[in-house]
Amino acid sequence: MSVEPQATCTVTLRVNGTEFTSAVEARLLLVHFIRENLDLTGTHIGCDTSNCGACTVLLNGEAVKSCTLLTIQADGGEVETVEGLEQNSVLHALQEGFFQEHGLQCGFCTPGMLMSAKALLAANPSPTEAEIRRGISGNLCRCTGYVNIVKAIQYGAATLRGETAVGTQAPSTKELSQSHA
Amino acid sequence: MEPEAPPVIRGFGHSVRRKEDPRFIRGQGNYIDDIKLPGMLYMDIVRSPYAHATIKRIDTSAALKAPGVVAVITGQDLAAAGLAWMPTLMSDTQMVLPTDHVVYQSQEVAAVLAETRYAAADAITLVDVEYAPLEPVIDPFQALEAGSPLVRPDKDTKSNHIWHWEVGDRAATQTAIDNADVVVTEDIYIPRIHVASIETCGCVASYDRVSGKLTVWMTTQAPHAIRTVFSLVSKIPEHKIRIISPDIGGGFGGKVPVYPGYVCAVVAALTTGLPVKWIEDRSENLQADSFARDYHIHAELAADKTGKMQALRIKTIADHGAADAAANPSKFPAGLFSIVTGSYDMPMAHVEVDGVYTNKPPGGVAYRCSFRVTEAVHAIERMVDCLALKLDMDPAELRMKNFIQPEQFPYKSVLGWEYDSGNYPAALTKALDKIGYAELRTEQLEKRARGELMGIGISTFTEIVGAGPSDTFDILGIKMFDSAEIRIHPTGSAVVRIGVQTQGQGHETTFAQIVAEELGLTVENIDVEHGDTDTAPYGLGTYASRSTPTAGAATAMAARKIREKASHLAAHLLECSVDDLEWIDHQFQVKGAPERSKSMTELAFAAYTNHPRGMEAGLEAVCYYDPPNLTFPFGAYIAVVDIDRGTGEVKVRRFVAIDDCGTVINPMIVEGQIHGGLTMGLAPALYEQIWYDPQGNMHGGTLMDYLVPTSMETPSWETDRTVTPSPHHPFGAKGVGESATVGAPPAIVNAVVDALSHLGVTHVEIPMTPPRIWKILQDKGVAL
Repeated sequence: MSVEPQATCTVTLRVNGTEFTSAVEARLLLVHFIRENLDLTGTHIGCDTSNCGACTVLLNGEAVKSCTLLTIQADGGEVETVEGLEQNSVLHALQEGFFQEHGLQCGFCTPGMLMSAKALLAANPSPTEAEIRRGISGNLCRCTGYVNIVKAIQYGAATLRGETAVGTQAPSTKELSQSHA
Repeated sequence: MEPEAPPVIRGFGHSVRRKEDPRFIRGQGNYIDDIKLPGMLYMDIVRSPYAHATIKRIDTSAALKAPGVVAVITGQDLAAAGLAWMPTLMSDTQMVLPTDHVVYQSQEVAAVLAETRYAAADAITLVDVEYAPLEPVIDPFQALEAGSPLVRPDKDTKSNHIWHWEVGDRAATQTAIDNADVVVTEDIYIPRIHVASIETCGCVASYDRVSGKLTVWMTTQAPHAIRTVFSLVSKIPEHKIRIISPDIGGGFGGKVPVYPGYVCAVVAALTTGLPVKWIEDRSENLQADSFARDYHIHAELAADKTGKMQALRIKTIADHGAADAAANPSKFPAGLFSIVTGSYDMPMAHVEVDGVYTNKPPGGVAYRCSFRVTEAVHAIERMVDCLALKLDMDPAELRMKNFIQPEQFPYKSVLGWEYDSGNYPAALTKALDKIGYAELRTEQLEKRARGELMGIGISTFTEIVGAGPSDTFDILGIKMFDSAEIRIHPTGSAVVRIGVQTQGQGHETTFAQIVAEELGLTVENIDVEHGDTDTAPYGLGTYASRSTPTAGAATAMAARKIREKASHLAAHLLECSVDDLEWIDHQFQVKGAPERSKSMTELAFAAYTNHPRGMEAGLEAVCYYDPPNLTFPFGAYIAVVDIDRGTGEVKVRRFVAIDDCGTVINPMIVEGQIHGGLTMGLAPALYEQIWYDPQGNMHGGTLMDYLVPTSMETPSWETDRTVTPSPHHPFGAKGVGESATVGAPPAIVNAVVDALSHLGVTHVEIPMTPPRIWKILQDKGVAL
């Protein structure tokens, strides 16, 4: 069955646990539905070719690039965005990992990275560094060089396995010896 | 009762977790496209498919009839308002929208305003533009030939030559080269690249007709300078313009210029009276925003037979595209390229650069680099390796032999810079030890015997950042000072406002640490604000690694003004003379009686509740800091690469980076900056390039073919540091944001050349893509 791009369609989605029923243009990208219709602006747009991954969300538990899906393709689905990670004022282990391991700088790629990482850990709770790098290879970061993103995901993975995550950054109260002018 | 433990100040040297992160990890950042105002229109831009063409006709009638379309702006509309052209930061001019002539592919031709984003995007396809193609000027060398078509017929010179700039002693350099035992010569092209910050550019412009105030939220690294330029161009009084730079998703130099889209959005907001949003697509960002590099360098390095350098001569053609829209300080058309003598005690040098117009997007901005320093470092670090190869010397040994020695600082370079401080042998020694240089050379010999291609490359760079002293550094006449304002509240918390603008560097954390260190307040109780011209003190913005050297210094000096006033409050409360006080452990103590002390929190309260008669109430200060000199961070980088003889793929197996940026405020943030900088050094060395075919069609205009490194290509960087404080900076910091981008590419190139040198290879151009390397392997008969 085909539908005209500007035809109005009614969709029902659950986003971060809340159900929304909306009339949308058939051509409306999922990322625009999330950002513009629901005002969940944590999901970002960084390219127009599905390369950067800043728009990554989970659709039925799977990481997808929401700039490459029509909203109507997500009809009936369960969407999770970065805003859904924190539960009852407790950060998700991955959010804590990114904070503790300095896994972000400008923060623009971060929501997409978090969602890709969440999907990765759901499928593989104990990934190797190589598996983490492959898991986020659809998400571009221009600031961090990925080193601390890998560590942040390792931190989050350890926490989710019920272990006490041991960060690699110095505790923020530790003095370093260095000369000052 | 136990005495209370002193508060943990967490000043310099603490890896304080970032104060900006809680909002970013929750998706609560406020980036430009997150701003939504009631009644807001969306703007989209019609762009030229041709690199060079005459515009015969623009028909907007179909677009204007399209549903949701409110207006279409063309160059003729802007010309009527005197706004078809705008000044660039380099005192050149650039079209906002053309009236009759397009000069690069993807140039802005018309702007469509509509009620929704999709309606605007639909309508740009309905604007009918009739072009008459002209012969494009693509090669900058051909552009200089007599009879070349003109890119800028509006210029009186009737030439594609923009400017000539030179420094050094031409005749003495010629003599030194003539008399040298050895001269190595190389042509080095530093390709056009693009910063490709993950957030593209955009703005929301809003005009309040009642108050007459224009507010523009925009992706800018320099909001105050933008406000002044907007006021000068539009004649709107400057106090009626407010520029807000919200959270910025990466800048790297690409968000310094004013792009035509910003101007169109502002004009649209002023004329419609409605807020207007403009957000670039990625393809528009890559295809039309200011590029970086594009330097065609001819380099000669002369030495005696022992390897002691005698002279350096550089001639460069700088391809600036259709306008000199670089963001250099006004007096430096080639930026700080004259740092090209590098870390070496060079007796003589001469450098000349010629800027050229071509039919490509305008620019010459930075790519995470302080004003053409990357080009300079690439040239000298490549030439040192060429010399080592020619002399059959180890490249580390040759560097050690020619380094400026620690006791020579402050060092006056032959091209006029005064290097503030450095210890180059220490940094290189540390890098060699950390990577295990001798063992790697042994491994390389073994591998070579087996036919495997492995190389080790060194780069020992000197940066030049922190622009800059007001006698020589200005942008459009505005001196390149920077500023900070600190207000201490009665209960001992503080707000700090700075003239620079974070784009991920972590200013909200590190600038709080500066104040914590200087005043003894805790980091948690200090908030840093920036990016709003209505509240922040005037500053020139964040680029060229200048924030800590300039605004960081201003913050420390403002804090010291506060401490000075606080000393009088302490003397009043402790009933002693100011001369009897000393500042120890972040508080004032009576000399010899440490139990008699006052903390800044106590003094802040007194400033509002118990100040002596005759003293002004309050505890705040402002500083506009004019740096006495630039700062000169440096580093020693070593790359180890393996080359696949079957595919030509270069794999960076290890990369050790020893950086020295003087005093470190937050080690975690400094290391993070270096990780990112190294990755933006890896990128042009191996992957990224924008190039044009003879018709001026751009290649590399989307992220499908402009290859930003992913986590798969990026190695696990190994970092360490030495600390050589700047003697002229208030707390010895030098800046670090760009060192790694500047230093990394030649280390990787040198490693690749080293892997191939036994085959007679002396130079490889970047990006060193598999096809380019495979071609060399094929030519040398070693491809599998």
